[in-house]
Order: sequence, then C-alpha cells, then structure tokens
Amino acid sequence: MNRYLLPLLAVVIMIPILVMGLRSDPSELPSQYIGKPAPQFDLPTLKDATKRVSNADLSGQVSLVNIWATWCGGCRAEHPFLMQLSREQKIPIYAINWRDNRPGALAWLRELGDPYVASGFDEDGRVGIDWGVYGAPETFLVDADGHVMFRYPGPLNRAVWEREFEPRIAELSK
Amino acid sequence: MIPEIGHFALILALALAVCQGVLPMIGAQRNDSTMMSVGRNAAYGQFIFVAISFACLIVAFLQDDFSVLYVANHSQLALPTGYKVSAVWSAHEGSLLMWILILAAWTMAVARFSKSVPEKMIARVLSVLGLLSVGFMLFALLTSNPFERLIPAALDGGDLNPLLQDPGLAIHPPLLYIGYVGFSVAFAFAIAAMIGGDLHQQWAKWTRPWTTVAWLFLTIGIALGSWWAYYELGWGGWWFWDAVENASFMPWLIGTALIHSLAVTERRGLFTSWTLLLAITAFSLSLLGTFLVRSGIIVSVHAFATDPTRGFFILAFLAVVVIGALILYAWRAPALDSTAGFSPLSRETFLLLNNVLLVVATILVLMGTLSPLIVEMTTGGKISIGPPWFEVAFLVPMIPLIFLLGLGMHTAWRKQDKKRWYSVLRIPAIVAIIVGVLLPLMFYGRVSIMLAVGCVAGVWMVITSLIQPVRSWLRKEGTPAITRSALGMSIAHLGMAVFVIGVTIVSAFGVESDRGIRLGETIEVAGYEFTLTDVVKVEGPNYSALEALVDVRDGGEFITTMRPQKRQYMVQKSWMTEAAIYPKWNKDLFVALGDQLGDGAWSVRIQAKPMIRFIWLGAFIMALGGLVSVTDRRYREPVK
Repeated sequence: MNRYLLPLLAVVIMIPILVMGLRSDPSELPSQYIGKPAPQFDLPTLKDATKRVSNADLSGQVSLVNIWATWCGGCRAEHPFLMQLSREQKIPIYAINWRDNRPGALAWLRELGDPYVASGFDEDGRVGIDWGVYGAPETFLVDADGHVMFRYPGPLNRAVWEREFEPRIAELSK
Repeated sequence: MIPEIGHFALILALALAVCQGVLPMIGAQRNDSTMMSVGRNAAYGQFIFVAISFACLIVAFLQDDFSVLYVANHSQLALPTGYKVSAVWSAHEGSLLMWILILAAWTMAVARFSKSVPEKMIARVLSVLGLLSVGFMLFALLTSNPFERLIPAALDGGDLNPLLQDPGLAIHPPLLYIGYVGFSVAFAFAIAAMIGGDLHQQWAKWTRPWTTVAWLFLTIGIALGSWWAYYELGWGGWWFWDAVENASFMPWLIGTALIHSLAVTERRGLFTSWTLLLAITAFSLSLLGTFLVRSGIIVSVHAFATDPTRGFFILAFLAVVVIGALILYAWRAPALDSTAGFSPLSRETFLLLNNVLLVVATILVLMGTLSPLIVEMTTGGKISIGPPWFEVAFLVPMIPLIFLLGLGMHTAWRKQDKKRWYSVLRIPAIVAIIVGVLLPLMFYGRVSIMLAVGCVAGVWMVITSLIQPVRSWLRKEGTPAITRSALGMSIAHLGMAVFVIGVTIVSAFGVESDRGIRLGETIEVAGYEFTLTDVVKVEGPNYSALEALVDVRDGGEFITTMRPQKRQYMVQKSWMTEAAIYPKWNKDLFVALGDQLGDGAWSVRIQAKPMIRFIWLGAFIMALGGLVSVTDRRYREPVK
C-alpha cells in the first residue's frame, strides 16, 4: 500500500458517512417508542434528592417530557418558550435534566425560571439512553396512559408548537 | 432595482472567475504568456464585481427593502443602523456572499503581492483560486441567492436574532472567514506546486506568509467568538466544544501544524509531502466546517434548519476539491520528498512532534464532533458527547505539546549539541518548576496537580520564549539581532503561555454563585459585597429591559455599580440576559440578572473569574506574533 494514498482512502471512507448523515434528518428519526409505553424511569428530583419522579407522575394527563442540560445551547434557546407554555398552563411539563451537575442546573432554573412541574436528575445519562435520546434538547409528548405519542428533537418555539404539538394534543384530548 | 444589480454583478463575477480558473492553467501548460496573464486581470475584475454585489446587499438592508426575502427575514425597521449592516452576514445567504467576497480579496492580494513568484506558478495558483471561487459562486447562485425577491413585500422584517445584536458578533464572522478562506491560498500554492512538480522548497517560502496571515485572522476570529460567548450568552464559560466552535477550531489546529511544518520545509527541504498534505487538510477542514454548519447535519438538532439541497451541494463540492487534491497528491507528492536526514536531537524532531500532537488533537476533536453521527449509523444512535469528554481527551496531546514547545525553540536545526542544550535550559526548567508551584500558593493559597502542571508549563513557556529576544536586546554591538521571524515565534509562544496560565487559573479559582437578592440586601461572593440598590425599566431602540443596579464593594470600599439587564426584544419577543461585567486585568466580576423570585427577591448569578482576560489576551498575543513574523525581511518583495 502506497502511503501517499492513505489520505485519499480516509476521505473516501468519510464521505459516505457524511452523505448518510445528510440523509437522516434527525427530526424524522423514528423513536422506537412511538405508540408504546414510555420507558421506565425513576429519578431523584433536581430540587430535592430525597423526592423522586417516575412514570407514575406522568399518568392521568397528557404531558411533555423535556430533556435538557445546562451545557446545551439549544436548551437555553427554547427556555423562554417553555416558560411561556408553563405560564399559559396548557400542559404540564416534566423534565429530565440529562448528564448535568446539580448546582449548575439549579442555578439555571433560578436564573431563567422554572417551567417544570418536576425535573428528574439523570446524572449518568442512563435514563436518557433508555429513552433513546439523540441529543439535548428533545421533547416527548406522552399521553394520559403513559404512551409516547411524539418526539421532537431540537429547540421548541411557537411555530414548532403550533405545527407539531397542538394538533396532536387536540387529537389526544378528544 | 438595486438587488437585481447585485445579482447581475455576481453573475458577471462568476463569468470572470471561470476565465480566471481555466485560461491561466492552460496557458501554464502551453507556456503561453498571454493566457497566463489573464489570471491577474480576471482576479481584479472578479473582486470589483463581487464587491459591487456585496455593496448592493448592504444597500438593500440599509434601505429596509423588505421585498428582498433575505432582508425581510433578518432585519427590521427599528434595528440600529450598525446592526443592519452586520445583519448582512448574520445568516446563510449573506455570509456565503461574504465568503465569496473574502476569497476574491485574497485572490486579488495574491495577484498583487507575488511579483517575485515565477509566472507559471502564479498562473496556476490564480487558476486554482478561480476554480474555488466558481464553486462558491455557483453554490450561492443556484441554492442560496441572497437577492431573491419577496412579492408582495413584507411591511416589516422578522428582525435579527437578538443574540447576534452585539458588536462582538458583528466583527467575529468576517475575521473568522478571512482566516478560513485564507487557507485557500496555501491550498492553491500546494496544488500549483504539485502540478508544476519542480519546486521542492521554494513554494514553502511563498506560502508561509499567506498561511501565517490567514492563521492570525483565524486566531483573532476564534478568540472574539469565545469572548462573545462569554459575555453575551451569560454562561460564564469561554469554550463549549460546540460543533460550530469545533468547526473553526480544527482548521486552526491544522493551520498551526502547517505553519510549523512549512518552517521545516522552507529551511531544510524536509517533510515536503507532509506539508503539502497539511495545506490540503487545513483548507479541507475549513470546507468541512462550512458543510457541518451549513447543512445542519450535526447542529440541526440544536439550532439550524436543515436544507438538504445546500448540504448536498457543499458536500459534492467538498468531495470534488478534496478528492481531486488528494489524487494529485498521491501522484505527485512522492517525487517532491527529500531524503535528507536529521539527528534525533534537532529542531526537526521537535517540529515533527509538534505536528504529530496537533494532528492527534485535531483527530480527537473531529471524532468528538462526528461521533454522534457515526454512532447513530452503526448502532442506531444513543450517545452524545458533551464537553467533559473533550476536556479530558484534548489535554492528552496538549500537555506534552506545551512542554515540548520550550525545548524545541532552543534546539538547533540538523543537530543540537547536548551539553549546550542542558546549559541553556537547565536554569529555566528549575525556575519554571519553583515559580509555577509557588505562584498559585502565593496568590491564591493552594495548589493541585493540574494547577501545578498548568502554571509550570506557563512559566516555562514564558521564560523560554523570552530568552532569545532578551539576548538580542542585550547583545553587543555588531552582533546580529534576532530576526523578525524568530521574534514573531517568541511572541506567539509567549501568547500561548499567557493563554495557558489564564485557562489554568480560571479553571481552578473561578467562583460562581447563584443567589436570591432583595432590594437593599447585600450578599458576599468571592470576598466582594454586592448590594442590590434598585431595579429600573430601560428602553432600548428595539427592546425594553429591566436593569438592576448592583453596587460592588471590596472591604467596604465602593468599587463600581454594575448594571445587568434582562431585555425583551420587540419583534421576536424573546428574553435575553445582558450580563454586566466589571473587567480588571486580573479578575472579572460578572453579574447576570435572572427572574424575580416569589418573595420579592431577584435571582442573580454572580461570578468572579480570575485571569480570564489572559485567555483572549493570549490569543491576541499569538496573533501579534504571527503579524511580526510575516514582516521578516526575506518575505519582502525585491525592490525593482
């Protein structure tokens, strides 16, 4: 093998990866949990490590589960919108604070406001793995029976909300 | 009318770029001076038309011409005039046009300032640059026309993203692009040298100043970006290993390796093929960065909209450019390599190590950036790499690099005499260890392993960088002074030292505290007393804000009043935190205002960041070093 050919080889291997990356629009990644019961979780809450938040809290109402972390820029971008949602009291928002540190995350909520009914503290990211989280932020729509109805990766905003979530929530509330 | 002029000027520029790309190359093969001379004139013409096109877009923004889609999306009547100009490059279409403008400017500079380069060589260089320009202009015209009309016109625009309404961000992209695009010159010289096949080391001499200038702009661009993230995002950090940041950092790492490897090639004729490869890689990574940011394949989850057409276009362009260059490399580079040897203890060895470590660092960053993509393809995707991974992985190549830097600077080409080496470096090494451990103990009262490693490395780099300039300053009359090139190197390494010290101290001693504070209440953070005296409403040109007045005292003595704000921008209705920063040379005080808490108190985030200025100061000193070294006598044009 001619060593001068190695860089060419490396690039030829990398390009299909990039092409496939381009094809797979992450917002269309199917979650294997759509229509199925939400993966089990039972986490200490962010605010009080002695309290817990789990699947049981989600049942009985349509709710959102928002995956966030302080190291995630998109989370900061969507936060004001989450605050608006919580002020409008349309839907309870639960959160999984994913691979984060507790003081930082608490500080974030103090500074920017806390839109969540409760935040589970998923320090080692295990629950994130169970839920098939691709990156933060990500938001799951869970129905009253605890089934995952929809998953949206990326920051939420008014337009996304009206386009993707409102029709589905209207459907579920019928 | 004006947008149409801009659009048409861009099409004319494309036609000129095609001439510039094709004719000189054919001329060089046929030895036809007339055809070769087209290159320079076409380059000047191309720049003029691109500049007209860019000016038209600026005018459209200044006139609030909301019949232009791009203007309607990214500007607004109440936007301050300065931001109307910077809004031009705030999004994809306009920043692409700026990219094209900068490429045209670099091309014109090459055409103007390379009279000493042989005609054939420069013809090929300009031709390669012309072809790159063709690619980018087609990209703009076919997929991202900034002059596209919106009919009927909007009454008012959608406004510039409030995060981008900031002077730091207005000048950060142009500087970054000057750096990115500047690597196209090194790339073009490398391709031209390989096509010619007869210039083993002269091309390195011609390439060096261009590369250094591109690198210094990139350095400043990245530093400004980091500074902006620090004060505007209000996170109190200065680097987040975000995909977009990495996209600019990888070309910087390879560009740094290239600068060092070019030195070996120029001085000793060694590493020729390796240097060529780095020149190709630096520009390829600039293109890859563009691809990652523009296509949204990685960041799409986090911020940008995905547009597959654009992604495919830039990927196809990337593939053509990089594969073409590497085929040429595989074919022509073997003949350019020299077999001259060097002793294991020689500057060549250290520069080789520098290159290996920088390339390893780049690969780590690249892996970290692409890994979500690769893992997703192979296993269905369940991981995401955050800053913690980068912070550990990146130190592995960086720690040896910063220690070896001091050794390499004091090692001779070819072969270094061991005894002399010990006698020069023994004392600096001892001083560095003692001072590096004592400094944090004296000023901050504690020391740890990482802290000691950082401080010792920092002091070691300071001393070893200063030896040569100080000797030159104290020299006897008649002995030769330090060259600009060596002085530039010393300054750049000193910058690195300042940077490393800054990073070390701020990571170890930065204080962050989030508290609730009532009107009139005083809280103490990091030895300072912060008193909230008032919260008032303030109206800006296109936002309204709540401003807190926080008096800061040190041991009862009044220092300053800090005024952090929470702004709501009128059009996009988003709340932005505008942190107040009280900067001193050795410490930043930072106050960000949060929400009002239930009991009448306000949440605030207060931070004290010692030495954080050193991080950006270090970067600027590095850039200054680059500037000094390009003024070296041997790069100047011969006087005719």
